[in-house]
Amino acid sequence: MAILDVKNINKRFGGLQALGDVNLSVAENSVHAIIGPNGAGKSTLLNVLVGKLIPDTGSVMFDGQSVLGRKPYEINQMGISRVFQTPEIFGDLTVMENMLIPCFAKRDGSFEMNAIASITQQRDVIEKAEHMLEDMNLIDHRDDHSASMSRGDKRRLEIAMCLAQDPRLLLLDEPTAGMARADTNNTIDLLKRIKEERDITIAIIEHDMHVVFSLAERITVLAQGTPLVEDTPDNIKGHPKVREAYLGETQDAA
Amino acid sequence: MFGLNAKDTRLFFIVIALVAFAPFLMNPFPTDSAMAQFNAGYPDLMQRFVIFGIFAIGFNILFGLTGYLSFGHAAFLGAGSYAAVWMLKLLTINVIPAIMISVIVAGVFALLIGFISLRRSGIYFSILTLAFAQMAFALAASVLTPITGGETGLQTALSDPRILDGARDAGGNIPAPGLWGMEMRDSAEWVVSGWQFTFNVGYYLAGLCMILAFYLSIRIFRSPFGMMLRAVKSNQQRMNYTGLNTRPYTLAAFVISGMYAGLAGGLMAAMDPLAGAERMQWTASGEVVLMTILGGAGTLIGPVLGAGFIKYFENIFSKINDNVLHQWFAFMPDGIEDFLVTIVHPFVGKGWHLTLGLMFMAVVIFLPGGLVEGGQRIARLFGRKKKAADKETDASKTPAE
Amino acid sequence: MEAIVLQILSGLDGGSAYALIALGLTLIFGTLGVVNFAHGALFMIGAFCTVTLQRLLSYSHTVIDESQKDFLGNPLKVQVPYIQDWFGEAAANTIIDWSVPLAILFAIPVMLIIGIVMERGLIKHFYKRPHADQILVTFGLAIVLQEIIKAYYGANPIPAPAPDVFKGSFDFGVLLGFDANRIIYPYWRLVYFAFAALLITGVFVFLQFTTFGMVVRAGMADRETVGLLGIDIDKRFTIMFGLAACVAGLAGVMYTPINSPNYHMGMDFLVISFVVVVVGGMGSLPGAVLAGFVLGILQSFASMREVIEFLPGINQIVIYLAAIVILLTRPRGLMGRRGVMEE
Repeated sequence: MAILDVKNINKRFGGLQALGDVNLSVAENSVHAIIGPNGAGKSTLLNVLVGKLIPDTGSVMFDGQSVLGRKPYEINQMGISRVFQTPEIFGDLTVMENMLIPCFAKRDGSFEMNAIASITQQRDVIEKAEHMLEDMNLIDHRDDHSASMSRGDKRRLEIAMCLAQDPRLLLLDEPTAGMARADTNNTIDLLKRIKEERDITIAIIEHDMHVVFSLAERITVLAQGTPLVEDTPDNIKGHPKVREAYLGETQDAA
Repeated sequence: MFGLNAKDTRLFFIVIALVAFAPFLMNPFPTDSAMAQFNAGYPDLMQRFVIFGIFAIGFNILFGLTGYLSFGHAAFLGAGSYAAVWMLKLLTINVIPAIMISVIVAGVFALLIGFISLRRSGIYFSILTLAFAQMAFALAASVLTPITGGETGLQTALSDPRILDGARDAGGNIPAPGLWGMEMRDSAEWVVSGWQFTFNVGYYLAGLCMILAFYLSIRIFRSPFGMMLRAVKSNQQRMNYTGLNTRPYTLAAFVISGMYAGLAGGLMAAMDPLAGAERMQWTASGEVVLMTILGGAGTLIGPVLGAGFIKYFENIFSKINDNVLHQWFAFMPDGIEDFLVTIVHPFVGKGWHLTLGLMFMAVVIFLPGGLVEGGQRIARLFGRKKKAADKETDASKTPAE
Repeated sequence: MEAIVLQILSGLDGGSAYALIALGLTLIFGTLGVVNFAHGALFMIGAFCTVTLQRLLSYSHTVIDESQKDFLGNPLKVQVPYIQDWFGEAAANTIIDWSVPLAILFAIPVMLIIGIVMERGLIKHFYKRPHADQILVTFGLAIVLQEIIKAYYGANPIPAPAPDVFKGSFDFGVLLGFDANRIIYPYWRLVYFAFAALLITGVFVFLQFTTFGMVVRAGMADRETVGLLGIDIDKRFTIMFGLAACVAGLAGVMYTPINSPNYHMGMDFLVISFVVVVVGGMGSLPGAVLAGFVLGILQSFASMREVIEFLPGINQIVIYLAAIVILLTRPRGLMGRRGVMEE
């Protein structure tokens, strides 16, 4: 069953057709990768999914509900979490505080005037946040300034923050961009583990074919704003159209 | 204690002690000594310390936590003042209803202005708040004269109705604002061998309000709500993608800080039942910005320190004239004495604002964390020396063992 | 119809001052990325350049004039300006009479130096700091500059009259075919508008047609790339700051006959000029000029008796009201670019 259903999305920026008749269906509890050369419209599509951009036409259904016209925070509360290309965390806050915020957002919703009781009294939230930090191997950094951490740690913190909300769908925007090989492999292992442990659907935009083929169960190839093919990784690898449009040059380069 | 952790409780008690013993602390010099001009323990000034303390604490909840720099907060203080004076005119000379209504009116006013201004951020937000405050100021000084008294200001009069307790006091005069028989201007004096201490009713009422305001700000700082406000300052994008709606958070902070400003304005009117449009002018908004930054934005105690610091030096510096300077430097040879007086002259007396501007620049350039950061640095300096000394003693012990 | 023409005319001089200050603010913001709250103080210092020159020119020594007697029959002591000794009486009187326009020559080097010292000494260190810090430190600087002027020149306004030729008014109505004495307009305001128009045109020509201007415009669009081309953008930006200070200063010099300079005139103009900049769109030079004139004229219209009777107090708030409406409907102002000062 599809948890995310994108139908006939069109988006124009002035004279540029960024997305043209995009149809995409992501099955529940699958890992779905969206690949394509630069300028293929991957980021535009992602921004439509999280409510940052409103498409000109088409529909986006998440779990039977339309997400179009909703604000990013409302879409997030529906169960879609997003990991950014460069980790977006609260740099001025400690790691623990970074972790607490999504836990509060999960418990209290998009706004709660919880202004009198101290944070330390909210045992349930604190325990959950500490548990997440332990699970993600970040507990040693608990009281560090999050801006001072390494990029790999920031990435793990961001993923942990997204997972703390128990999302149904996790969107990752090139999560390993700019990472060293070892960090990339750690991230792949982390995502695999998340997939095993949780009922979660993962949609991932990625340049790195190593990451894509290690994780994805289905792959959609986007080119010039339109889906070219959608298939299993094995079929994609051998697909002549894909090879021509995209993979060929990448593999040669590699 | 009081739902605070040990460190905050200590800070809270320090503030209580400072407020309670201010009449002593501010008057450390005997009345007829040469140093008496540095005494600040008279009611009018002490009232200003705590009232501006409240104003700055409130401003800090908005600016210190969310980073939204409002250049129009004086509008709420002015609105609170007007509301309080009207209460003193219409209902009763008792200050409690006046103070309560000032908080409510300022809160409603802040809700309106905040709802519109917070649609933008950064400098656009600053300009919007500035524009609203300047509008309020211009209208209060002109068209709204029936409500605000225009340029002469609004004050209590013999012709006021004062439904609950009548227009005149026993002597047939305009009654002074009071609290169940005590007047705000009542003071008790205590003279001890050359020292003179003044305990003023109005000061202690305002001081009590500041203690409550400070306590509430600690609770807000330590609450999930306070953390969310800091998160707004840090990364709004992540806030949105974590399912949090930033608008109501910033609006709540704006309204709370507007209510603090209203409380300060109401207390001002309670101490002296007079409200003028100049309280709303942008220079007054700028002053609370200075106080908060100078003390340390985003810290608990900083705004209180900043307010006290500015109000103290404003008062003391502006009293120093050339005669005083000549007294100070009298021990120098004549030529040098005159030279020193000439050098110092532009910075004191009427030139106090020059000193303030220079100090403020120095703080922004060298101490972005304000006086609080300065204090921490000094403490760390001593702490490190102490630790180093401890280590040395440890090292010297080891071989002996 | 006459009333409308009159209001537009009387909006021009206020609008000129707003436009000139806003232009300088935008130049600084667009090139250096700094929000300069001390810009009003530069305008004020310009005005005091006029006062200073006026005082220098009238610097006198005392002469005992035997030919004149005071009422006790003693010879009269007369103050004679030194320039009278040098150039003779007629020339000296002309020079003193023309001290406001002459102050332009005096103000240019002074303002350039002040601007460059300010940029090198203070502003430079704030490029990488948050906008809030820039606002705060320049706000502090504005207070300091204003207090220095106050300490030196006192708190009262000091009159600086226009040359005699420009005193009096010009009957615009006759020129436009209306009845005489219906639309009269002081000559000096006309001069001020012409001067502002010239200065604004000068700045645009300079930016548009010189290599220096091209580099600066490129730097405004994309500082890093220009830096990568091996161009010393910093030095040019310093000069740019001096230039912006000059524009503000000259606006102040010529404004003195309209309003006698006082120490707080800078702050008064700054608040409105910031509104002008934001309404025009942060970073847009034509926007700043357009918004300056639009708001100046708008204010003039709102000051009409008929309007005030209908909407009391509107003259006091119209600029702020316009700013609020524009910011809420066009977040980037009239001509703002995308992505400037957002977030």
